[in-house]
Amino acid sequence: MRFARRAWIVVWKDLTIEGRSKETLNALLFFSLLLLFLFQFALGPDRERLASVLPGLLWLGFIQSGLLGLGRTFVGERENDCWDGLRLAPGDKSAIYLGKLAGNLLLMLLVETILLALFAVFFNVDIGPAVPGLALVVGLGTIGLAAIGTLFAAMTAQVRARELLFPVLLLPVQVPVLLGTVKATEAVLLGEPLGAVAHWLRLLAAADVVYVAIGVLTFDFILDG
Amino acid sequence: MTRALGWLATLGLLGGLVMGFGVAPREVTQGNVQRIMYLHVPTAWVAYLAFGIVFFASIGYLWTRSDAADRLARASAEAGVIFTGVTITAGSIWGKPTWGTWWTWDARLTSAAIMFVMYLGYLLLRSIIEEPEQAARYSAVLGIVAALDVPLVHFSVYWWRTLHQPPTVMKPGPVNMPPAILAALLVNVVAFTLLYTYFVAKRVNTLRREHEVLA
Repeated sequence: MRFARRAWIVVWKDLTIEGRSKETLNALLFFSLLLLFLFQFALGPDRERLASVLPGLLWLGFIQSGLLGLGRTFVGERENDCWDGLRLAPGDKSAIYLGKLAGNLLLMLLVETILLALFAVFFNVDIGPAVPGLALVVGLGTIGLAAIGTLFAAMTAQVRARELLFPVLLLPVQVPVLLGTVKATEAVLLGEPLGAVAHWLRLLAAADVVYVAIGVLTFDFILDG
Repeated sequence: MTRALGWLATLGLLGGLVMGFGVAPREVTQGNVQRIMYLHVPTAWVAYLAFGIVFFASIGYLWTRSDAADRLARASAEAGVIFTGVTITAGSIWGKPTWGTWWTWDARLTSAAIMFVMYLGYLLLRSIIEEPEQAARYSAVLGIVAALDVPLVHFSVYWWRTLHQPPTVMKPGPVNMPPAILAALLVNVVAFTLLYTYFVAKRVNTLRREHEVLA
């Protein structure tokens, strides 16, 4: 109970800050919109071609905005010299990790939902019937992305060249998540039953469990020292 | 001790050369090109071994905070990246005449390439952090993440490729190996494992001395 409460305090703090400044959220939404324009310009108006690469584009968009958002996980602590505050917080540090992870998840899911709606509008795709399947795939993928993203954000927060190091470390590790989500999204958008991609969903779920477990077990080692 | 290991590795590699070029017969369909296997397969095995050792040494470091474990992890990661690079290069050279292309997004090639960039990132992290204790801690965490990610990467790229086009020509080497070829391969596997051990021992020594000088 105390553990959950300490995690909640971190979520509450981050959400309050974000709710008042809306710094990250506004910038991410604007960035996502720009990405949509870029995709459209780069690929041209050909509907057929767009439809065939749509799942990949969607996840490129999610990952790009995720990289920017996740990389800022500890920006408040760093810029305001509150890193030591986190380190001195009593009890198991994994509560801080789970709190940060939950905050990131909420932010990313919000941005992804809006990005998905924009995709549907700009690329004229009917995602209506695919929404339940998409929600599952996006949820599973985002947990995986955010779990390692939050851990690596803590790792690079205190390091020079962090803007460079963060994506370089995160992207190769996220290959299974990217492959799984793109394949599953493709199937869902084509109207295939989820059973057809059950192996991908299981892989994503396994990745989520492994990543969150690593985060919980190793976060202490990142913070202390 | 390290020097003896070096000589042993040299002997092993010489034996491997003799076995690979002298004893093992010329493969019927691929010809002499197939002999690249005696480099390609042992280096691939050593790469996996090296990253496995990074994993255990990383856990060992976080557990005991012993500098020796950290030095082992670092030395092994460096060797692993080199051997992965050699594996990919040798595979590429082998692929050109047999598959007709330097590179294809086959499951095993892809997972080797991802493993390569993942551990390049590991070395990058190590080189960017100046404070040794922090570098050791962070890279230990990364060493654990990377090693546990390797099976996930493996399954994902396997399904990614093979559900669409099953490997027909992309399976290098015969499944049932003639004994002479198998023997040559095994000698080379032992030789390259010795070479890896020598590299790691040597590197751990220099890292220890570096530490002593700076301390």
